Amino acid sequence: MNLAGLQKDSDYRWIVEPTGAMRVPAVLYADEALLRDMDDKVRQQICNVASLPGIVGAAYAMPDAHWGYGFPIGGVAAFDAEQGGVVSAGGVGFDISCGVRTLLTGLRRDAVVSVQHALANELARAIPAGVGSTGRLRLSSDEMDAMLTGGARWAVKRGHGDAGDLAHIEEEGCIAGAEPESISQRARQRQRDEMGTLGSGNHYLEVQSVAEVFDHGIAADFGLEVGEVVVSIHCGSRGLGHQIGTDYLRDMALEAPSFGIHLPDRELACAPLRSELGQRYLGAMRAAMNCALANRQILTHLCRDSFARILPGSDLRLLYDVSHNICKEEVHAVGGVSRRLFVHRKGATRAFGPGHVAVPESMRAHGQPVLIGGSMGTASYVLCGVESGESLALGSACHGAGRSMSRHQATRQWQGRQLVDDLAARGILIRSPSLRGVAEEAPGAYKDVARVVDVAERAGLARKVARLEPLVCVKG
Amino acid sequence: MSGWEHFAHGADIGIRGYGATPDEAFARAALALTAVVTDPSQVRPDASVRIECRMPDRELLFFEWLNSLVFHMATRRMLFSRFDVRLEGDALIADAWGEPVDVARHAPAVEVKGATLTELAVRQAPDGRWLAQCVLDV
Repeated sequence: MNLAGLQKDSDYRWIVEPTGAMRVPAVLYADEALLRDMDDKVRQQICNVASLPGIVGAAYAMPDAHWGYGFPIGGVAAFDAEQGGVVSAGGVGFDISCGVRTLLTGLRRDAVVSVQHALANELARAIPAGVGSTGRLRLSSDEMDAMLTGGARWAVKRGHGDAGDLAHIEEEGCIAGAEPESISQRARQRQRDEMGTLGSGNHYLEVQSVAEVFDHGIAADFGLEVGEVVVSIHCGSRGLGHQIGTDYLRDMALEAPSFGIHLPDRELACAPLRSELGQRYLGAMRAAMNCALANRQILTHLCRDSFARILPGSDLRLLYDVSHNICKEEVHAVGGVSRRLFVHRKGATRAFGPGHVAVPESMRAHGQPVLIGGSMGTASYVLCGVESGESLALGSACHGAGRSMSRHQATRQWQGRQLVDDLAARGILIRSPSLRGVAEEAPGAYKDVARVVDVAERAGLARKVARLEPLVCVKG
Repeated sequence: MSGWEHFAHGADIGIRGYGATPDEAFARAALALTAVVTDPSQVRPDASVRIECRMPDRELLFFEWLNSLVFHMATRRMLFSRFDVRLEGDALIADAWGEPVDVARHAPAVEVKGATLTELAVRQAPDGRWLAQCVLDV
C-alpha cells in the first residue's frame, strides 16, 4: 500500500482523514511493514466503507486486512439505524458467521502423539470435508426451521453435544431475531445435505498442542497449559449462508437506486437498516448465524466421538466459539454516549474486554477469548479482549493471517504431495481429499500470523494468551 | 488461446471469459469457474442442466448466471465442462453439460461459495472481443 496521505497516529494506528464522499475517517491498525504489504485495494475499500450512510465513529481495518468484496476482509464498521445507517451483505460476506471454536481435551501432547496417525485417520473418516462431501443429517423443512432459530441450542437438544457447551458460545449458542421465512428455497436446498460438513478452502479441523503461554494467569483460567492438546474447528454456515449472501447481494444491488444511496462501487451494495430489505436480510443472516453455530456444534460432536474411539475416556470441553463474519446489534459508547449500533465484522473477531456482560461469567474477569486461526502447518493463537479495544475498534481484533499469495501462485510454488510429506516430517499430519487444495493452502501462501497478532496486541486490540501448534489438520 | 483466464484477487480468485459475442464470453467464463475447482478437460459432458435467468442489466445477468451454476454444482454435486449459452435481451437460457463430482479423478481443489459483484464487468474490448469477468468467493 502506498502510505501517502496516511496520517501516522502511532506505530500501529494510521488514519485517513475524510475526503470526498467519506463521512468518517478510516483507521488502519498495522505496523509500517504490514501496511506496505497490504494491497492498495484495502485502503480504497475501507475509505469506501467510510462513505456509507449512517456510519459511526470510523471505518476500521485490522492488521490482517486484505482485499475483499466491498468491505475489505479485516474490516469493521458500525451503523446507526436512527441516522439512516445501512446493513451490507458484502460487509458480512458469503460465509455468514464463519468462525472458530476451540475445545480443550485435557490430554497431554505425548498421549496424542502416540496415537497421532490413528487419530488423524479416524478424524478424516468422521468429518465430512471437501467438494461434494455430504453430512449424515437430513433435516425436514420443520426441523430446518428449528435449526435456523435454535442454533447450537437446537443441536444440543438433538443430542449433538452437552448443554454445558452453550455457555461458551456467543449469545449462548442461539442468535435472536432469526427469520427462516426470509430465506430462499435455493438456500434451504443448498443446506439439505451439508449439515455437519466442514467445507473446503481455508476451513479445517485441527488438533493442536499449546506450544507457548504468554499470560499465565489468563491461560490457566482458560484451561490452557503448555503441552496440553486442544482442537480447533474453523468453518461457517455452509451452502445456506453462501446462498443467502448471494441472494441478498443481488437484491441489494438491484434495489440500491431506489434507496437513493450513492455507492462508489456496486460491490458495496447495501440497504438501510430501516428498510424492508434491510430487515429481511438481518432476519436471514441471523438464521445463517444459527446454522453456523449448529454446524460447528455437530462437528464438535463428531470430533468427540472420534476422540472417544481412539483415546477412550477423553473429555473435550468447549473453551469458546466466536464468529468473524457477522453483523450484530451491540451497544457501544460513542463520544461518551451509549448507542445501539449494527456492527459489521468481516474477517474480524469480536474481542470484548474484561467485565463485558456478553463475556461468559467464568471468563468475565479477563475478557473474551479471541480465537485466531493459522493456516495448515503454522501456529494459531488464543488472544483475550482488552479494555482499550472498545474505544479503539468497537471491541474487535484480527481473525487470522490473511493470504499473501494468490491460489495460482501457490500451486506454481508448491506440490501438494511434497507439502504433505514435508509437514509429516515436522510432525504435522494433513488429511485432505485434494492435493491441489493442499497446495493452494500452503502455509507459505499466508502472512506470518505471529506478526499479525503481535501488532494486534501492541495496537491495544487484544492480549496474547497462548500459541497453538498443529499436530493433525483435516482439510476439505 | 482457450478464451478464459484467472486473475489474482487478495484471498480468492477472479475469472474472465472472452468471446466474439457476449454469449461466448459468458460460456468461457463458466469454464474458468470450473477450472477454479478442477481441470475442465477431466469433466465429461455426460448430462445437461437447463439454466434460465433474467436480470435488468447484462452485468447482473452474468452474476446471476455464475451463481446459478454454483447452485447446481453444489446441490447436484456436479462439475460442468460444456456450456451452450444464449442471451436474449435481459434473459439467459443455457445448457450446462457435465457429470457428478468424482473426488479421485477430479481432485477438486476448492468449492466456490459464490460469484461476487467485485470486478464485475461485461464489456466489448477495443479489438471487438467481448469480456465477462468477476471475482469468486472460494
